[in-house]
Amino acid sequence: MSTTVWLIPAFPLVGALLNIFFGGVIGRRAHWIAVPALAGSFLASCVLFANVVPGETLTTTLFAWVVAGDFETSVVAYIDPLTAVMLLVVTGVGALIHLYSVGYMHDDPGYARYFAYMNLFVFSMTMLVLAGNFLLLYVFWEAVGLCSYLLIGFWYTRPAAAQAGKKAFIVNRVGDFGFGLGIMWIWSAMGTLDYDRVFKGAAELPPATATGIALLLFMGACGKSAQLPLHTWLPDAMEGPTPVSALIHAATMVTAGVYMVARSRALFERSPVALEVVAWVGVATALFAATIALIQTDIKRVLAYSTVSQLGYMFTAVGLGAYAAGIFHLVTHAFFKALLFLGAGSVIHGLGGEQDLRKMGGLSSRMVTTTITTTIGALGLAGLPGLAGFFSKDEILAAAFVTGRRGIWALLLLGAFFTAFYTARMLFLAFYSGPRMTREAAHHVHEAPGVMTLPLAVLAVLTVISGVALGIPSEHGTRFARFLAPVFPVHDGGHGGFAALLVLVMAVLVFTAGIALAWVVYMAAPIRADAIGRPKTVVHALLLNAYYVDPLYDRVIVRPLLALSEFLARVFDLRLIDGLVNALGRSVVVWAAGIRHLQTGYTVNYALTMLAGAVAILAFLLSR
Amino acid sequence: MDAIVLPAVVLGPLLPALIVLAAAALVLGLDLGPRALPRELLAVTALAGMIGALLATLARWGAPGRAFRDMVVLDNYALFFNVIICYSGALIVLLSMDYLRRTGSDSAEYYALVLFATAGMMLLAAAGDLVVVFLALELMSLSLYVLAGLFKRELASGEAAMKYFLLGAFASSFLLYGIALVYGAAGTTNLDRIAAAMAARPRDPLFVVGYGLLLVGFGFKISSVPFHMWVPDVYQGAPTSVTALIATGSKAAAFAALIRVLAVTLRGVPPDWTPLFWAVAVVTMTVGNVVAIAQSNLKRMLAYSSIAHVGYMLVGLVAGGAGGTGAVLFYLLTYTFTTAGAFGVITLCERARGEAVEVGDYAGLARRHPMLAAALGIFLLSLIGIPPLAGFVGKFYVFGAAVRAGYVWLAVIGLLNSAMAAYYYLRVVVYMYMREPEGAVTAYAPSFAGGVALTVALLAIVLLGVMPAPFVDLAQAAVAPLLR
Repeated sequence: MSTTVWLIPAFPLVGALLNIFFGGVIGRRAHWIAVPALAGSFLASCVLFANVVPGETLTTTLFAWVVAGDFETSVVAYIDPLTAVMLLVVTGVGALIHLYSVGYMHDDPGYARYFAYMNLFVFSMTMLVLAGNFLLLYVFWEAVGLCSYLLIGFWYTRPAAAQAGKKAFIVNRVGDFGFGLGIMWIWSAMGTLDYDRVFKGAAELPPATATGIALLLFMGACGKSAQLPLHTWLPDAMEGPTPVSALIHAATMVTAGVYMVARSRALFERSPVALEVVAWVGVATALFAATIALIQTDIKRVLAYSTVSQLGYMFTAVGLGAYAAGIFHLVTHAFFKALLFLGAGSVIHGLGGEQDLRKMGGLSSRMVTTTITTTIGALGLAGLPGLAGFFSKDEILAAAFVTGRRGIWALLLLGAFFTAFYTARMLFLAFYSGPRMTREAAHHVHEAPGVMTLPLAVLAVLTVISGVALGIPSEHGTRFARFLAPVFPVHDGGHGGFAALLVLVMAVLVFTAGIALAWVVYMAAPIRADAIGRPKTVVHALLLNAYYVDPLYDRVIVRPLLALSEFLARVFDLRLIDGLVNALGRSVVVWAAGIRHLQTGYTVNYALTMLAGAVAILAFLLSR
Repeated sequence: MDAIVLPAVVLGPLLPALIVLAAAALVLGLDLGPRALPRELLAVTALAGMIGALLATLARWGAPGRAFRDMVVLDNYALFFNVIICYSGALIVLLSMDYLRRTGSDSAEYYALVLFATAGMMLLAAAGDLVVVFLALELMSLSLYVLAGLFKRELASGEAAMKYFLLGAFASSFLLYGIALVYGAAGTTNLDRIAAAMAARPRDPLFVVGYGLLLVGFGFKISSVPFHMWVPDVYQGAPTSVTALIATGSKAAAFAALIRVLAVTLRGVPPDWTPLFWAVAVVTMTVGNVVAIAQSNLKRMLAYSSIAHVGYMLVGLVAGGAGGTGAVLFYLLTYTFTTAGAFGVITLCERARGEAVEVGDYAGLARRHPMLAAALGIFLLSLIGIPPLAGFVGKFYVFGAAVRAGYVWLAVIGLLNSAMAAYYYLRVVVYMYMREPEGAVTAYAPSFAGGVALTVALLAIVLLGVMPAPFVDLAQAAVAPLLR
């Protein structure tokens, strides 16, 4: 069992190392290493999943890592149902996306490098999920950030991609600063970083300390999961290859924050304030990002803001204490959002790199598989009753309703309306409305190869069945929640009766309304390309520019900081520090040149020095 | 008339050293054989000897043995050093194979002498008697004197051998006189019995002077200031593969004997000699680092850097206890791999007029031989002590032990020294990566065996850096019985 656990990260690690060091030789055959590595990792995850004993947490130590005085940390895996679920999602969706990449990246010059980074990412992500203490978590938290940086900036010769990679890294660092502080605080307050002991000891923490720690940890989650106010990097991250967006910026990495908060619930539950903050940041982000997604014209940006918004739903659920619902939405979202991104990638691929919704349309007849699967994904996101997203979103809405948070419920419902609208809009504009591309572009439209459509089909099937299979509510929660019950206790009751019916009916109504409105605007009458997404009103302009958050940050934070550092670099560093250091350095060099002359090369002198040393030692010893 | 009772001869604890000696005899024998034998056979035999000794060492782990009336003590402590010594010996044989052929000094004597020296080092680490200490030390040293002069036609090599021999003999005489005085005071040369005698009369001037002279002898072998002056000349003049052996194996063996002699004989009434070691540690690391800055010859620079590292290890001795002494053992392990690797890279670089030893010769190396430059870069970074490489962890434990033992200022001085050291190590990296090559181009002499040696060293450095805890535990467990 413990060997199986370590196989999960070992496969992609070996794959990454092989492609990094022998990429030049391997070249076009890189996928023969990378894809089987993921398949192996997925199989190992399945074995682990089948062997997880409910109600029992298994820890397995690979080796003692750092031992320094009373500080001791091991490389240790922490395995419970939550770990198993996360691993299945990461390696399963990851394997599908790796397969898809074989087709999508087939003529890219950095083929081996791409697969090396992708494998490295999966390695880091599985280690992040497996980590059994906060230090290990932090290391791989940073490692996935690094992989994200490498993959966003994969086409590093494009300035926009390089810029986006940098931005993602820096914004994430802002969150990680808090995260790191939180972990240090845990250590100073409890003297350990092991999950077991921290979660057991959390109950004794003073509430103020718990609040501080939880909020700092949440700051890290905000960065990694693109929540307000650290969401700005995710839309820009769409500069990376589309499969990367699917894997990292939709399905897996961005969910690390949700996972971390759910995992550390013992700390968060000690502080009602922190949970409240988590919930409201989630609600605010869900609405904020959904409104922006309403009018974006870049297909990947629509999906990016949608991801930010859906992550907001997950945080709301976690903040309300409905952990299982949050994680369930994480899983279904991984399926349909990966599907949507891959579908979008297929569209972009078929259109020769076109990402602008205004220049699409009429693809339903030319790209049949892509159209069908993407439609399923979109309906899953929008919340068509029966599909995965409907059940998981309903769980969150129900949680808000039954815990008496009617305000949150109403806001989330509004968000669901926006979601249905922008999803349908994207679908209509890309596939079902009349073609708006140039005649020549239209001529080249083609369906993706089988290696790309197969993952789409699998994800579509998952989107259809996962909701029905796992998400039907009952007296004792959903099947999914019952599986996670050892980690997150199920709150019985609340489901059924009038309240549940009301939540359900409202969700269906909102879904229908959103789709219908999109139909009226974009399908009822033929639409011209230049009529889409033009800033006609103030609101329109506000949304199109994402509430001007980026320019705001630029003015308020980036530029003053740059000015300050410019000042410090010119005056403080160059004159004062460098001057001091240079003077010190020069004096050492002068010294060295002086002492060097003691080394005369004459053996006699050496012997005399030794004699002097001997005399000094004897003198000292005899004087004691 | 009573029959003469022969003492039972137990050769088990000598097995690792015997394997190495047997390999040496085999190498000499092979040389007498037909000329048609492939020359590689000599090196392979030597390598087999090292690996055999390593396996014998690992097989005996946890089963301490004594032989010849406690003259040889093969406990975990000796075994730990055996591992270091065998690795160092094996790496050096691997590095030597093509290096010797290229320099035209391929000979059976070379491998035999390396094996003899290695056997001496192992015995030194296992010596339970001052007589064995001296004999093993001489076995090692005499072999090394000859090896240093291997390049018979080169003036520098001859000079190195001569200086090493003269000064070494000078130091040995101190050591021998020290042994004589201690024997005079204790009436025995056995370490355990000396401990008993010492505990009875700790203030006996004979003892004190004897120990002072012992310290001079050991100080020479570990090259602490002020007994370090031979180091740069010898390291520079000797063949690079021999330099690597002197810098790693012989230093480790000398440390092994020094620590064992002090720990075992002084455990009854430990005298307070801390100020002496404190001062020697500070002076050693500072002199090593400061003078290294002024060097332009890479071998000379590494010589001074090795002096500085001795200073860091002495910090661990000052800290004392299983923590501090164990940290020294671990430091030696990391230092051996790193230093052998760094010298190994030099053996692989050559220029028209001979070896590439000037820092300038390495300008632009990264562009032409990226792997080689990366390897040297990693070795140098480890010597600076950059995480996650072995050198960082070694320093961390040594300085950590010093802080815990209350020698905060010593640790601070050590850290300042490490910072200063970064300057001259990084200068090489700057040359390799940021300068254009000047003059004739440094060429890489391809060598499969050398590549294997460097790979092993690199892997070891990363492994020790990433998961040091088990090895530190081993080191501390090995040293703990000595201190009781």
